[in-house]
Amino acid sequence: MIEINNLTKVYHTSAQDITALENVTLSVNKGEIFGIIGLSGAGKSTLIRCINMLEKPTQGSIIVDGQDISLFNRHELRIARQKIGMIFQHFNLLSSRTVFDNILFPLEIARVPSSEARRKVNELLELVGLTDKATGYPSQLSGGQKQRVGIARALANDPKVLLSDEATSALDPETTRSILSLLKDINRNLNLTIVLITHDMNVIKQVCDRVAVIAESRIVEINDVLSIFSNPQTPTSQSFLNAIMNKDIPEGILQRRNTDTADTISKLIRVSFIGASAGEPLISSMVQKYEVKANILYGNIDHVKDTPFGNLTMELIGQPVLVNEAMDFLFENGLEIEVLQNV
Amino acid sequence: MFELITAFDLNSFFSSHLGENAWIPMKVLLSTWESIYMVFISTFFSYVFGLPLAIILVTTDKGHIMENNPANKILGSIVNAVRSIPFIILLILIIPLTRLIVGTSVGTVASIVPLTLAAIPFVARLVETSLKEIDWGLIEAALSMGANARQIISKVLIPEAVPSIILGVAITAINLVGYSAMAGVVGGGGLGTLAYTYGFQRYRMDILLIAVFILIVLVQGIQLAGDKISNKILDKRR
Ligand SMILES: Nc1ncnc2c1ncn2[C@@H]1O[C@H](COP(=O)(O)OP(=O)(O)OP(=O)(O)O)[C@@H](O)[C@H]1O
Ligand SMILES: [Mg+2]
Repeated sequence: MIEINNLTKVYHTSAQDITALENVTLSVNKGEIFGIIGLSGAGKSTLIRCINMLEKPTQGSIIVDGQDISLFNRHELRIARQKIGMIFQHFNLLSSRTVFDNILFPLEIARVPSSEARRKVNELLELVGLTDKATGYPSQLSGGQKQRVGIARALANDPKVLLSDEATSALDPETTRSILSLLKDINRNLNLTIVLITHDMNVIKQVCDRVAVIAESRIVEINDVLSIFSNPQTPTSQSFLNAIMNKDIPEGILQRRNTDTADTISKLIRVSFIGASAGEPLISSMVQKYEVKANILYGNIDHVKDTPFGNLTMELIGQPVLVNEAMDFLFENGLEIEVLQNV
Repeated sequence: MFELITAFDLNSFFSSHLGENAWIPMKVLLSTWESIYMVFISTFFSYVFGLPLAIILVTTDKGHIMENNPANKILGSIVNAVRSIPFIILLILIIPLTRLIVGTSVGTVASIVPLTLAAIPFVARLVETSLKEIDWGLIEAALSMGANARQIISKVLIPEAVPSIILGVAITAINLVGYSAMAGVVGGGGLGTLAYTYGFQRYRMDILLIAVFILIVLVQGIQLAGDKISNKILDKRR
């Protein structure tokens, strides 16, 4: 649905030239939710704004639905933009218009006949659950409601693509979840392609099919979300994951550890698991099989698109041979093992 | 319409046909009406020209929806040039133009021409400020929907700036009250002429004070009305 080839964007400012994007190539499939994650200043907004030509690329082509929109003249571009919806971090609703009229706005722009446009607005109000707020003004709405208006507005002209620039960054976690699930519903029901930008791995985890990691103006990794979570390839991806995985073990837990006795040792390990091989059943069968004690100290279990993944930090206590055999057992069953402390 | 009013000059009618003092309240009323009339009409026309000028100034600016550097620079300098001419000099300078448009260079209607001309660049800058206050995100949202420049101006820029523009109208009108009094001194009619001919030339302190008092009331009234209308619109949106 979207093909970006060798996209480079340089901002010329009076002080210096800033390269915001360098040789970015990626493609977004029809009907998928594609995430772009990166730190502040990495070039995420620049990238998404190039997709609807709010920023003109310095180099490279951007093909949306088979057409290179970087070659369009102004008139063609305006028509193309009607089919590329966009939502924003700060909603950007018109304070001079009611909720109803805000959603009507893009239909006015596209010169949709009034009766048809009004019917469409009512449909959209229902879709985003704001029918009762139709005559209110944006300032009377909560952040989540404002973003729902933003989404309704973006969908008004039946776009093929929806671009979302940090659409949930100004919202609390609960509201973020509801907005994301709305986006997911829309994606499923309308088969709408969504490109979303975020700096929060939780957002990626909740809705994205694939993700591109962008660091210092370049794409450093593109993969499906599950693979990024199970096997991040770059330090940037890793640090985003760590931020939500709490891999750092709290100090107190390390201090409460048992010490070794004459014939037993204690090993601090972290097992990471993903997918069907959920950790806990394996650990209980390991305990039964090998006569080691497993003292679970800390853990995280989460789901990426219905697939469980997570990590457990635990202490294995037992005879040295048995402890090693137990670890082999876990490894053979597809868990990843990391020895944190060998005592 | 203009000719009718100038042809029938009430001021000279009163002073030549009737006794002086008996008609002073009438004269005060008439002068007040003339002042209001001058201010109202010149405010109106200064927006007819100043508002589009402001829109062009804003939208042709760098990075804006109709970026055009030469046009922006040229218009900007013209606006600055006219603004830098003191009103009293402008008044004299454009007498030929005033004659061309109104047929005479004295009287209430004739004052409207210099008043409007002086206010146009002022209005342009004032409205420009109002339009620049609008969050760029709103313009960007409209662009992302495929809006053209005309749609952005009429559906985003102006409606969003209306409360602020109305406050500007009040400021403009208040300025024009002051300017109209100045025009009055050189025969422009209204409270300025009243204050000058009675207060200064005939030492009628009482009339001078009355004129000043009415001017104060006028200015307060305009400010009050501006605030009220602007707040009413903002309240609705809140
Ligand atoms: N209009 C502009 N003019 C000049 N430089 C710009 C402009 N827009 C962005 N930049 C620069 O380009 C780089 C990338 O900016 P961009 O806004 O794409 O980052 P981002 O990843 O969206 O960051 P954030 O998470 O903070 O929104 C930054 O160094 C920024 O300063
Ligand atoms: Mg950004």
